[in-house]
Amino acid sequence: MLASLGLILLCQLIGEAVVRSLGLPMPGPVLGLLLLLILLLARDRFALLARGPLRDDGVETASRGLLAHLSLLFVPAGVGVVQKLDLLASHGIAIILVLALSVVVTLLATVLTFRLVSRLLRQQDAR
Amino acid sequence: MKDNPFSLWVYLSQSPLLWLTVTLLVYASTDAVSLATRRHPLANPVLHAMWIVGAFLLLTGTSYTTYFAGAQFVHFLLGPATVALAVPLYENRKRVVASIVPMLVALVAGSVTAVVSVVLLAELAGLPRDVVLSLAPKSVTAGVAMGIAESLHADPSLAAVAVILTGIMGAIIVTPLMNRTGISDFRARGFAAGLAAHGIGTARAFQVDEIAGVFSGIAMSLNALVTSFLVPLAVTLLVR
Repeated sequence: MLASLGLILLCQLIGEAVVRSLGLPMPGPVLGLLLLLILLLARDRFALLARGPLRDDGVETASRGLLAHLSLLFVPAGVGVVQKLDLLASHGIAIILVLALSVVVTLLATVLTFRLVSRLLRQQDAR
Repeated sequence: MKDNPFSLWVYLSQSPLLWLTVTLLVYASTDAVSLATRRHPLANPVLHAMWIVGAFLLLTGTSYTTYFAGAQFVHFLLGPATVALAVPLYENRKRVVASIVPMLVALVAGSVTAVVSVVLLAELAGLPRDVVLSLAPKSVTAGVAMGIAESLHADPSLAAVAVILTGIMGAIIVTPLMNRTGISDFRARGFAAGLAAHGIGTARAFQVDEIAGVFSGIAMSLNALVTSFLVPLAVTLLVR
């Protein structure tokens, strides 16, 4: 468990270090995600890597534990709303309406595009 | 007895322990309520934990900085949790690879819609320029949005609040909205949730369906990449 958490942190650390030093326009943890994914895929190919946290579902179990309460992790940033009460008092309704409309439009645009493209591909395959 | 009955409170209210405990206990209760209502969208645990903790801070006159000294230990885990998304992605890799084309097209359509719609609507609503700039990256995860806001000389803490509000609204709206469209493909539904409502949408998607959660996590990561490029471009083109 400890080694698995260590591996997750190490992936993030390398991700942050690479992003910072090369000035890449992406968040460090996203590069860490790619790194862990590559490690997991490489483990299936090379038996040499299947040790420590990469053995017996180690890192898998630790990751599932972290993701089980993903919502909790947003609470501290969300409470930051108490710092913005004066702004919300003056523009709150407009801000909420703008965000709500935008999120609905975005959800629909994304899901409909996904459906449309996968349907077109299936028709092409059928032909 | 101490001569000052408030000395214990003064000590505790300044210590990280109290605020970390409050965060965990309040969330544990709102999550239990959410579970008891069989994950009803309106019983969103983040939404209710947020206002309860916020009200508690206001009532006790505690500053957000003091609160965050304790809550930062929870906040910190956002990074490792993003890395951990590699695992569900790995376990479902065959399904992901099989739908790579619809995913990438939907990514472009969704990211552009997210940024353009919020900028246009905010301008239409006559919001001040710095507010418009802070709202622009609202569909990506908090850390990334704050970085984007900073590079635009906007307000990173307002950007973080816009991100959380977007995430909560997205997580509440997504299930009823998708049911109404009649789309039952959980790959598409999850992808939309993660793209529009980042980690809070992804947390919601995992509650509804494992595959939806996986696609949501991918959408959230990919959107973080695309939006970092898109927002500066959209702002120069659209903001007066």
